[in-house]
Amino acid sequence: MNELILRTVTAVVTFIIILFGIQLFFAGHYYPGGGFIAGLVTAGALVLLLLAFDIQTVKTMVPVNYRMLIGVGLLFALGTGLGGVVFDVPFLTHAHGHVMLPVLGDVSLHTAVLFDLGVYLVVVGVTMTIIETIGEEE
Amino acid sequence: MTMMFYVALALLALAILCFLYRVVKGPTVADRVIALDAIGICLAGMVAVLSIVLETSVFLEIILLIGILAFLGTAAFAKFLQKGVVIERDGNH
Repeated sequence: MNELILRTVTAVVTFIIILFGIQLFFAGHYYPGGGFIAGLVTAGALVLLLLAFDIQTVKTMVPVNYRMLIGVGLLFALGTGLGGVVFDVPFLTHAHGHVMLPVLGDVSLHTAVLFDLGVYLVVVGVTMTIIETIGEEE
Repeated sequence: MTMMFYVALALLALAILCFLYRVVKGPTVADRVIALDAIGICLAGMVAVLSIVLETSVFLEIILLIGILAFLGTAAFAKFLQKGVVIERDGNH
């Protein structure tokens, strides 16, 4: 069966969905959004790829081990918490400050973003593990 | 002025009721899928009008999200109706 229309639409729409997910992730501190919904939206884009193509093709397109992603995300969250202990403050104490970056200039950064990144990776990993595991069984 | 937005909300709710009639009654599965898709888009419209009434812009992500989810759900159901599986294992069949 020819799936030309679905595949062409997917090629355009997937990037928009992933960009929307990134926007939700970075807007999470000041506007509605955050790691959870951004992870789900990114997983939605990957599910759209799975719908238009098949599991083997998507695995070559996005060569990511999703179970590994869960572990990396949990390490990010744990590392952010232990970072506070290193500086002699209670566990999960966050710090923020202004950093001069080469291109972007004066940027206000907060370590809660790293914790959110952990949440994001875990949500993407868990969702894709569930969907791929169900999709692979006969 | 606000009255106009409430009228728009009522009309959208009426449209959703009509689509619900199609979901319940629709003779084929395709009718029900199309009706559910249209209900999703009507919901996005209701969120838009409601965010005007409440004078807030924090619901605008929801509209985009409903659009994406409606498309994903409809595409998944259409593939299930056509092929019997939602996600294929490999592209050889």
